[in-house]
Amino acid sequence: MADRGSPACVGCAPGTGPCGGKGMETLRSGVWITNPVAVQVLGICSALAVTNRLENSLVMGVALVFVGVGTNLFVSLLRNVTPRRIRMIAEVAIIATFVIVFDQILKAYYWEMSKQLGPYVGLIITNCIIMGRAEAFALSNRPLVSMVDGLGNGLGYAVVLAIIGFFRELVGTGSILGHQVLLSEWYTPNQLAVLAPGAFVALGFLIAIFNALTRANQTDEMGSQ
Amino acid sequence: MGEISPFVILIAAIFTNNILLANFLGMCSFLAVSKEIPTAAGLGAAVIFVMTATTAINFGVYHHVLVPLGLVYLQFIVFIAVIAAFVQFVEMFVERFSLHLYHSLGIFLPLITVNCAILGVSLFMIIRKYTFAQSVAFGFGGGVGWTLAIILIAGLRQKMRYSDVPRPFRGVAIAMIITGVMAMAFMGFAGMVRIQ
Repeated sequence: MADRGSPACVGCAPGTGPCGGKGMETLRSGVWITNPVAVQVLGICSALAVTNRLENSLVMGVALVFVGVGTNLFVSLLRNVTPRRIRMIAEVAIIATFVIVFDQILKAYYWEMSKQLGPYVGLIITNCIIMGRAEAFALSNRPLVSMVDGLGNGLGYAVVLAIIGFFRELVGTGSILGHQVLLSEWYTPNQLAVLAPGAFVALGFLIAIFNALTRANQTDEMGSQ
Repeated sequence: MGEISPFVILIAAIFTNNILLANFLGMCSFLAVSKEIPTAAGLGAAVIFVMTATTAINFGVYHHVLVPLGLVYLQFIVFIAVIAAFVQFVEMFVERFSLHLYHSLGIFLPLITVNCAILGVSLFMIIRKYTFAQSVAFGFGGGVGWTLAIILIAGLRQKMRYSDVPRPFRGVAIAMIITGVMAMAFMGFAGMVRIQ
């Protein structure tokens, strides 16, 4: 976990890159340069599982932003009083608290969605993105910029999920957010896209597109990870 | 869910509802260790053991502690604490009694705490309202299914080292796509047994 989260911070020169503490830079790196799903390939369990519908993807994105911002804020606030040896447990406790809060809110106001997402809300606890950012960023940065980092990574995750969810729902059912957009006279929905194989293939292609758009040498680094 | 026999759940968890290929659990460590067959088998063995045991423990904790006390909403934090404590205990136990096993299995144990498959199985057990026998069968079958998938993919990835993959697809992207093909192959089992 710790070693998986840290490579994001190795690449940038101290004081200038995303780790330097500039708000806008931090946000940009979370969403684009070191996008947690497409570039670092973290937290993909839920990225694959909930993207069969766009609506699920959006709710999951909101969950990640909420938990990410909250966790990073509190880990950062407590960073000087947390003993080094038990920091992992402390981080897990903070993450679990925010996940429980989100899960309870979802259950109270949005029961249908809570049923659809099933165990994947609870699984945010073991989502490498949240833990990785707390470990790699919030533990050594001031609270405000840590919150921005949580927001950036949460948004980066949310954007990727929304893209995958959009295409899987469109191809698989011919609709977007439940509204039929592709007419059934000429379009036969390809059920495979909403089933498990569609998720793997969609994410595979998305990562490949990201690789092609960003740096070509990124792929070698990924292969050796 | 009371009427399904544990054996059916065991078979279903391995083939038709494979925890990795159908429920996407345990993807993080899956990508990291599915490059060599021996490593994959080592982690797989550790996952089977921990998953079976923690599912049984979590079943007891949930039904005999959390439900009577009305603390069901704390299930996430309690489950992850049980898993972390159990893994820690196993690690100490193995280190003390079998150094050989510690060297082949021990290095994977810390990875398992954060393996979402372990927590996921416990959460599915609650959502699907399994009985104790069904839960243990589901935990064991889930572990075997995960191990089967990861070993199969590791074999494919070993072969793939010699193939000329288009540049942007190298690494994780092509691994995802072959996992998708594997998931498609496993859908061939679909008619065999059915849970949920």
